[in-house]
Formats: sequence, C-alpha cells, structure tokens
Amino acid sequence: MILAFAESRGTSLRKAAFEAITAARTLGDDVHALIVGPSGIAAAAQELGAYGAKKVLVCEHAGFAQYNPEATAALLAERMKEYKAGVFVSTAQGRDLAPRVAAKLGAAFAPDVTSIKAEGADIVVTHPVYSGKAIATLAISGSPAIIAARPSTFTAVKVDGATAQVEAVQPVGDPNASRVKVTELKASGGAKLDVSEAAIVVSGGRGLKGPEHFSLVEDLASSFGNAAVGASRAVVDAGWRPHSDQVGQTGKVVSPDLYVAVGISGAIQHLAGMRTAKTIVAINRDKDAPIFKIADYGIVGDAFEIVPALAAAVREARRSG
Amino acid sequence: MKIAVCIKRVPDTETRIKVAGAKIDETGVKFIANPYDEFAVEAALQLKQKAGGEIVAISLGPDSVQETIRTALAMGADRGVHLKTDGQPYDTLSVAQALAAELKGYDVVLMGKMAIDDYNHAMAPALAEILGLPCVTAVTSLTIDGNKGTAEHEVEGGVEVLSFPLPAVISTDKGLNKPRLPTLPGIMAAKKKPMESKPAVLGAARVTVRSLALPPERPAGRIIGEGAAAVPELIRLLQTEAKVL
Repeated sequence: MILAFAESRGTSLRKAAFEAITAARTLGDDVHALIVGPSGIAAAAQELGAYGAKKVLVCEHAGFAQYNPEATAALLAERMKEYKAGVFVSTAQGRDLAPRVAAKLGAAFAPDVTSIKAEGADIVVTHPVYSGKAIATLAISGSPAIIAARPSTFTAVKVDGATAQVEAVQPVGDPNASRVKVTELKASGGAKLDVSEAAIVVSGGRGLKGPEHFSLVEDLASSFGNAAVGASRAVVDAGWRPHSDQVGQTGKVVSPDLYVAVGISGAIQHLAGMRTAKTIVAINRDKDAPIFKIADYGIVGDAFEIVPALAAAVREARRSG
Repeated sequence: MKIAVCIKRVPDTETRIKVAGAKIDETGVKFIANPYDEFAVEAALQLKQKAGGEIVAISLGPDSVQETIRTALAMGADRGVHLKTDGQPYDTLSVAQALAAELKGYDVVLMGKMAIDDYNHAMAPALAEILGLPCVTAVTSLTIDGNKGTAEHEVEGGVEVLSFPLPAVISTDKGLNKPRLPTLPGIMAAKKKPMESKPAVLGAARVTVRSLALPPERPAGRIIGEGAAAVPELIRLLQTEAKVL
C-alpha cells in the first residue's frame, strides 16, 4: 500500500495532488491519499478518488488554514509508517515536507524523481542530478520509502469509474502549537502562472536588449492562452526579471509541453533547466547559438520581427483550430 | 549569537558532465562553493554584523572541501570545521546525521536550499528534524530580531511569510542577498583562521546510487527558416508534428 500526500491551498487541491496519486500508482493500485486543510477540505476528497485513490484520509483543522509544516509532517509521519511508500511531489511544499517526514521516520528519501518502479523488496527510481546533465538510478531499501516526484513529470491520469472511501483523521498534537507559522500568503503579481507548473513556457534572454522589451515575450505567452513567462540567468542577474522566473541550474528546472526560447543563446546551465521540455522552439539572431543544437524548431533572425508575427499567427491558429 | 553555515563543494555550473561508473569523472572539473550556500554565508555575515557572535563554516567530504571552507572564511566566517569522509556520500539522511552531531548548541544553522550537484533540497528540513529545531526553507527574505525570526519563502504563484523562534535551521534561496566576494586581505586572513578536521560519523545509508548515465540525447536541432517568413512553417509543425497548438 502506498500513501500519497495531496497538496492543497485553502480548501482547493493543487495540481500536484493528482500527480502524487498518479506517481504512487506506478507502484501498485493500492493507493491511498492524505489531505489536510481547514474546514471544507473534505469536499475535495472525491476529486482524488477519480484519479485512483481508493481511500482518502482527511484531516480538517483550523490550524491547517495556512501551510503548517510541523503539524503536517507529524501527521504524515504517523500515517506513512504503516505504508510501503509515501509519495510527494517536489513542489515548494513537497520539498519542505518530505525530508522532514523521512527524517522523523528514519526512512530512505529520494527527491525529484522522474520514474519509479518496484524491484523485489526495493524501489528503484531515477533522479536527474547536476540539474539534468546526468540521471542517477537510485535503489531505495526499507519501508516506508519516502519519494518525491518531479513536478509536471507524472501527468495526472483519471481512472475510469473510480471512487474513494473517505475517512476523517485527527491531527497529531495541536496544529495551533507549531513553532513555524505562515502568517500570510502573498500572491505574486496577480494570478501569475509559475514556470514550473505551466504546460507552455515562453522565456526571454539578453537578446531582448532591455527589460522593457519583455512585453514581446509576455504577449507571445498570452497568445498561447495559459503560458508562463520565464527568463535566462543573465537577465535575472541584470535585474530585468525576478528570480522566481529564472529557468536553469540555479533557477527552476521545467518540463513543459512547449518551451519557446527568445533571444537566449543557450548556456549549459540554461539548457540544463529546460532540456526535458517535450518540444523546444528557439528564436535567435545567431545561427550558431547553442540553443539551436537542442531546439526542435529553430528560427534564425530578429526577435523583434519574428515574435509579434508568431504571436499573431498563434492567435489566428487557436481561433480557427 | 552562535551561527553555523553548512557549505558544499560542487562542480561549477558550466561543467560538462562525464560519467565514470556511478560517479562523475572529475578530471578537469572546476569545483566551486555551492552557489546557494554563498547566500547562507552572506546571511550569516549580516546577522553577525547586527547581533555579534561567531560564524562557523562546516563542510563534509574529502580533504578537498577544506578549500571550500576557506572560501567561507575568506568571506568573513571565523573558523572552519571539516567533517572528513572518503568521497562525497549521497544519502541525505546519512549526511544529516553526521552534520547534526556537529551542529548542537547553535542559535542559527544556515545553508543553501539545495546543492546544485545532487539537487535534493532536503538537508535543512532533515537536519532540523534530527536536531528537533524549527525550520524554514528557501528563504528570499530574512529578519532576525532577538530570538524571533521572520522570513519569506516562494511558493508556486505566491510568497509565504513565516514566523519562527530561534534556535532554527534556515535554508537560503537566490534573491535573499548578494554574496560579497572575498577580498585579498580576507583571503590572506582566511589562511590563518582555525580549521578543525575530524572524521564524519555518518548514519546508515538507505539510498544507494546504482548507476549514473547521461540523459538521452535530444534529436539534433533543426533550423526551419529565417525571419518572420518562417512563422507559417513553425505554426504548421506545432500543429501537425508537435501537436501543441
């Protein structure tokens, strides 16, 4: 049996919740899920059932209105010790929680994995290291094994006709007594989509010549509908864009369906952050730029001419398609 | 205030990785202090400026990590502790136990949110659990006032504001500060600062690296045209071949 942690915010589940269940199902059908949240979160339990969670453990408590690392880790450790594996997704929250749970249980821990399989009593996973410049195959012994899946890698899949049995559980200790408290959650720039969560990422680099020209990239992103805007390290270091937008070895590693690199030459540390995108488009003035070596579709030329034409063509294609 | 900073020796970000067995081939590889740990060193220096005290830089690994500790000493840390191992062990919890044995009695334990080699993001929370301390991870803003801390931590689409008491374990993200470069007098002074070296007492390892491989090559890149004239062909390929439109 596998227990997946279903990440939520307020009373809504996050995309990572469904990915955790799909990742857990690579080890077998007997997957349960655990959600914590304020009053009302229980209503989300059946959404998890549709993805194949046979049982959903729900802990409702006012102390879970904001992310509560200590109380959540305490409950997870208490529950996961009964299972063969505990599965998380390496989001900001998953990265904060999963190692705590592993340390509490003295359990093996493998973060940011891209594949999971059972091999006898062991679990074997792959984990990109050196930000994807190499792939480590890790053997994990003992149970429970605490595993965190790389975001956007285990695409959530529904299971036909599946429903879950829902069980209310009590917190371990008093969630209001946690030493670390989230006092506020500030939304960054409205409903901005994060590069690590988006199916389409449009990134800009130094070829844009100045921060004011990022409007081109933003417009191309909006032409696709729901695309996130990323940036190269050079422009983040120059202060044109916030670090939260940076794609690369000292930024975020992304695996979107489509990655469009505009005016990015393709330094090794940048390629390391986006080389697992399913399709890569590159627009660059320099035909010898390294980005063209890994781009499925490259266009050589002036971004200021190509990007607006592409944005218009994408809008037209989406209107007629 | 007693401040500890954990710092790891890692291959430079511009390194081309070559594989040798279950490890990387280190021939010709330039090693640097993990960039995220430099934010931790800078945070420690700023904290000491404000509250006084001592900064101890700690690294676990073979003798070569002493060079990395010297980087922190050159930036301004007071003394170094080298926890000696034969190679760089992989298992997070095994290393966390060795560090925890050395990190008792500090008011603040700082380190980067992750090392750019193993990409684990796990050391600070694992260490905090073993030490029984509160932990905040990947902070982009940090204020310590007396024995209370506040920090900001980026989450998908937002920023969490956290409050916590000291002692605590804190991991740092890019954006927190601009790490100072070691000055020449700093580098000279670092050579004379005390450095203790002792064997690391590693915990049991439950995760082993079975093999290391280069990622599958992407198909060779293809330039489909020049200028805006190539846009219709790109749209066609995105629709019919990549099927993303």
